[in-house]
Amino acid sequence: MSTQVPESVEEESATETASAGKQKRDAKKRERAERVQEQREAEAAEKARSADDTFHLKVFRYDPEVPEKQEPRFDDFHVPYKQGMTVLDALMWARDHYDSSLTFRHSCRQAICGSDALFVNGSQRLGCKTQLSDLSEPIRVEPLPHADVVKDLVVDMEHFYDQMESVEPYFQTNSLPDDELDEQRQTRENREKVKMSTRCIWCSACMSSCNIAAGDNEYLGPAAINKAYRFAMDEREGEDMKQRRLEILEQEHGVWRCQTQFSCTEVCPKDIPLTEHIQELKREAIKNNLKFW
Amino acid sequence: MSQSYNRGLIEDFSRWREFSAGMWAWIFHKFTGWVLVGYLFTHIAVLSTALSGAAAYTNTIQALESLLVVRILEVGLLAVAVFHILNGLRLLFVDLGVGLEAQDKSFYASLILTGVIVVASVPTFLSGVSI
Repeated sequence: MSTQVPESVEEESATETASAGKQKRDAKKRERAERVQEQREAEAAEKARSADDTFHLKVFRYDPEVPEKQEPRFDDFHVPYKQGMTVLDALMWARDHYDSSLTFRHSCRQAICGSDALFVNGSQRLGCKTQLSDLSEPIRVEPLPHADVVKDLVVDMEHFYDQMESVEPYFQTNSLPDDELDEQRQTRENREKVKMSTRCIWCSACMSSCNIAAGDNEYLGPAAINKAYRFAMDEREGEDMKQRRLEILEQEHGVWRCQTQFSCTEVCPKDIPLTEHIQELKREAIKNNLKFW
Repeated sequence: MSQSYNRGLIEDFSRWREFSAGMWAWIFHKFTGWVLVGYLFTHIAVLSTALSGAAAYTNTIQALESLLVVRILEVGLLAVAVFHILNGLRLLFVDLGVGLEAQDKSFYASLILTGVIVVASVPTFLSGVSI
């Protein structure tokens, strides 16, 4: 079950000023909390035992703020299975019933917010979109590779967001319609072209799976290039804006770093053909620079 | 959050078990490429013996071809070259944006085709060699 560490850290500063009575009360309180926790875990384990079907999860644990948890380890959780249960559901059950300190990001639970990209059984997946029944036990749940772990399953996304911002991921154009109140209409064909690229949820699964991004910190990464594709291919932005976008993409650490390993395309939870988009931008970049007339 | 746990290189070493087709193709392509570069130098060295006369070149070739090890290495060289060519064609299609959804199948196809060609070549390469 979960590893409980007696909380001795908080005591240190408090002991000097606190009276003996308070110490006694604190000790009692702690004891009671431990007993409640133990009881809760026993109940959970009992529930798991009596369930028809349980899943065995091995979850990566690490907490830099508690000295006893600084050494990374795997905790085992046995979770009773309910039909349709996802990895995220199982993690939440484990957190609620075994160890409330188990930390992971989640929000919408329907593969839209992009918060819960995890490394499950050796592949980057969304916890909320991965059925337990599709996985073989024990299910290893780890934080995304090639990112710094902040705590348990939470990784530092700052670098990923920086790369996303660097391609100017927003619509910009110099050619506004004549009438101020006119809509900026897009042709159906053009919309179809960028359709898949608009589905990105910024979960960082592709970036984490990319071998090149792991070795080259300046590489834009599949998600950022896909974002740039979405706007570079948007005809409403106009020719000069496309030039500007291609200049960003053509840089040394832009599209040319991609070695077509297809890792990003395999893991993308929204099925965006990332490699295809990167390759198309490579061709655009060449067409842009090679002129025979 | 003052510190974060850097998982370092160790975890990368066992990751090959989780590779998919595209990643294997990339690794094999790199590997075969380096082998071919290495072969190029031995190839030039052997050809250079012709500088000191036709007889010297013939002697070198005959001496090399009489060795079983060389014959086996030649089969290996063919395997490396054929895979590199076939996967190079695959990458050409990937660069052109043709059939990207079948990129894993084309990798398996090039592997199988390489295997077939190599097996078929074995009798030719190993004929008339004394052990």
